[in-house]
Amino acid sequence: MDSVRIKFEVNGKPVSVVVEPNLTLLELLRDRLGLLGTKQGCGRGDCGTCTVLVDGKPILSCIKMAFQVDGCSITTIEGISENDKLSILQRAFVDEGAIQCGFCTPAMILVAKALLDSDPRPSRQKIREAISGVLCRCTGYKKIVDAIEIASKQEAGGR
Amino acid sequence: MEVKTEKRSALRVVSRRVRKVDGQAIVSGAPHYTMDMVPPGALYAKILRSPHAHARIKRIDKREALKIPGVHLVLTHEDVPRIPFTTAGQNFPEPSPYDTFMLDSKVRFVGDRVAVVVARDEATASRACEVIKVDYEILPAVFDPHEALQPGSPILHDEPDASGIFDATKNLAAHIHVEVGNVEEGFAKADLVFERTYSVHYVQHVSMEPHVCFAHLDENSRVVIVTATQVPFHVRRIVARVNQVPIARVRVIKPRIGGGFGGKQEIVLEDLCAHIALRTGRPVVMELTRQEEFFSTRTRHPQFVTMKTGVMRDGTIVANQMKVVANTGAYGAHALTVQSNTGSKTLPLYRSPNIRYIADVAYTNLPIAGAFRGYGAPQGYFALGSLMDEIAHELGMDPLELRRKNLVRPGDEDPIATKLGEGKEGFKRVIRTCGIEQCIEVAGKEFLKRKVKSIERPFERKRRAVGFALAMHGTGIAGDDMGGATIKVNDDGSFNLLVGATDLGTGSDTILAQMAAEVLGVDVADILVYSSDTDYTPFDVGAYASSTTYVSGTAVVRAAEKVRERLRDVAAHLLSEEPENIEFRDGFFIGPDDRRIHVKQAALKSFYGEQKQQIVESASFITFECPPPFSATFVEVEIDMDTGALRVIDAASAVDLGRAINPTLAEGQIIGSVAMAIGYALYEEMKFSPGGRMLNASLMDYKIPMAADLPDIKAYLVETDEPTGPFGVKSVGEICMDNVAPAIANAVFNATGVRLRELPFTPEKVLKALKEAGY
Repeated sequence: MDSVRIKFEVNGKPVSVVVEPNLTLLELLRDRLGLLGTKQGCGRGDCGTCTVLVDGKPILSCIKMAFQVDGCSITTIEGISENDKLSILQRAFVDEGAIQCGFCTPAMILVAKALLDSDPRPSRQKIREAISGVLCRCTGYKKIVDAIEIASKQEAGGR
Repeated sequence: MEVKTEKRSALRVVSRRVRKVDGQAIVSGAPHYTMDMVPPGALYAKILRSPHAHARIKRIDKREALKIPGVHLVLTHEDVPRIPFTTAGQNFPEPSPYDTFMLDSKVRFVGDRVAVVVARDEATASRACEVIKVDYEILPAVFDPHEALQPGSPILHDEPDASGIFDATKNLAAHIHVEVGNVEEGFAKADLVFERTYSVHYVQHVSMEPHVCFAHLDENSRVVIVTATQVPFHVRRIVARVNQVPIARVRVIKPRIGGGFGGKQEIVLEDLCAHIALRTGRPVVMELTRQEEFFSTRTRHPQFVTMKTGVMRDGTIVANQMKVVANTGAYGAHALTVQSNTGSKTLPLYRSPNIRYIADVAYTNLPIAGAFRGYGAPQGYFALGSLMDEIAHELGMDPLELRRKNLVRPGDEDPIATKLGEGKEGFKRVIRTCGIEQCIEVAGKEFLKRKVKSIERPFERKRRAVGFALAMHGTGIAGDDMGGATIKVNDDGSFNLLVGATDLGTGSDTILAQMAAEVLGVDVADILVYSSDTDYTPFDVGAYASSTTYVSGTAVVRAAEKVRERLRDVAAHLLSEEPENIEFRDGFFIGPDDRRIHVKQAALKSFYGEQKQQIVESASFITFECPPPFSATFVEVEIDMDTGALRVIDAASAVDLGRAINPTLAEGQIIGSVAMAIGYALYEEMKFSPGGRMLNASLMDYKIPMAADLPDIKAYLVETDEPTGPFGVKSVGEICMDNVAPAIANAVFNATGVRLRELPFTPEKVLKALKEAGY
């Protein structure tokens, strides 16, 4: 298989690049597009820290091949802020102390966004299940669940 | 949740739930970790690892590897300086044996360093590793610490140039024997003597960011190492020594760290990475794969802990002995000190006139043990916290009553602190503050009411019960831990706070900024924290031993006080008053006639007034006390009686931490360590093949807790205002690793009458124990 040109959107901006067939989406984002907010924790789809949203759904970018996102719309942590201000979700993570080392945070926030986009008022149990694909070693998850719950209430209040 | 104290209202910034200073950067995905800073074109270095547990390298043929386009260099033990050192990032002189070499002619575990390939990228380096031909003379290996200590066992460290090993001919990396009073007399006097052995297993830190290091030469040919480390100053010293360059030629920068937990209190890559940069003059990066992370970094020391405890019928302990056989793996990093802590952090929790602690630390051909949150104490507390319930049950006593009868109290002198310090004699320690009773009260309130529950439904047979355990820990290392701080005034009344203290996600940058802001009467936003760059920040031993808030915090407070005094002089000059007549309140220097100068105005005038000057002050602090925090942890477990599956359905932990500088961050430390300890107790275990190869080196096969596994863990902060700590602090980062596993074991016993003495409590083990008990 030869290199192919793919066209897709990252954080609302169109991108057109030529990619080798063995290039992962994570490598494309980090090494070619300079979007360094997405992290690699294991490189084999086990830990979830590389999660980005592809057409609104959480995808493990370390095991997604770059050519597969042709025509898709991708959201990374760099595209979460609203008009250069932290989103409600991002602010809730800071306010509630849902961050410690921060290495899983971009993935957690994206997974939380995907959850709230599909279910604006999830239960705590549903939040726990939704974020279980992203491992965090620092927080014990409780404050992350708090932050997502609070953000869901604030977003609902704002609507 | 906090237990309020009176004095808090006087504080503006300290004791407040201030946002993390790096919060905005973290949630925005800012490129601030080591791997985000590697320049394009950096070389990639990859380690060829041993497939054998114990072997001598007879010959290495690297010709094929060097033929691959893009391979720059292949280094073996023949190419690098042979200087014995320890990878343990400890204060100098390190109490760990010098039994490690950058590259050696012998390999001692599956995964040990054999050679390193430097290539244009990772794929090329990996390909080159595959074609290096190594002739090994395979040696007999030993994997069990008891066997390793027997005569006739294969000897791991037969090299003549190692030093600091207790007895290399017996595979004995370290040995400890301390006694207070006379335990034999105590046992003779006791009404009952209990003897039980507990075992704890191999586990790994699993920081989400793997070990990663990047080195390059600056324009003056100094080597700059950017690395995910907890100990930048120890890295600088050790890397300089093994590379035979002056310390002045090495600069170590610690950017944001993606978690450490002790695993990054270690030189894992920096020695080689710096060597390659010095040798090639090219930027070079080394990053471990998750698989390498498991078997080639560090682990918690597995131990067999045998308790022998003599008690009177009323529950009074008259003799307490702990004997440990520990496994340090192939090298002795932290071998002596971790095992010192197993005794010294645990035994003082309960009064006893006679105490004995003995530890033998064995080399085996398995991955290297080292520092891991709790540093030996979780192992000892699993035994001690389980045994207390076992004794209470035999005596027919309430386990809480038994503990209360024997608990340490304020004013007590720690019985073994002077005899058992950091791998040597220690310093006298008097317990000044002890909030253990409040911890029991606030964390236990809801739990102590709950009864054992049986759930019997078709296809479902479950039991629920509550268990608890207590702990005390330490705060820094007495006579050893030193941290420095520098504060520089800027002309807008902001302040650069430069600290060697190492924020690895813990939030130390934030709480140190809070302390500085409190003293200087400004907001946290006015404090610009820069942590851990050996060229620009003062020395700090680094982030370990639960020391930062107390040790580095005191340095920050003292530096801030000095700056405030200098600014008081500026204000006094402006007000034409004597400095001693100027009061400082709420950010204002106030003269006797109530004329006032704001601290920011004084800062501006220090640059542009009549007496122009740059105010910059430094301070450092060393502790000779390490006041213990205390903790009570309560859990409720649910046991599936048909499958042996065990779940923690509720957990609460209270910590007497002296005072919380930032309650949100302190709670985060408690909840996070309880979660990590639940993983330690229930799921996590490194498994090995009969030949010593790790079988489950991936996050699919080695399970750490995920969100759906855990309950909403409750954290309670108990404040006792430690008189020796800045703003009354002690510590909080590690203590909750100590008492979760015994609390779970005690809960299982309360539910079923089955006593589990071997971690982790996997369904197989629980089910086997239930069957043996007739369930």
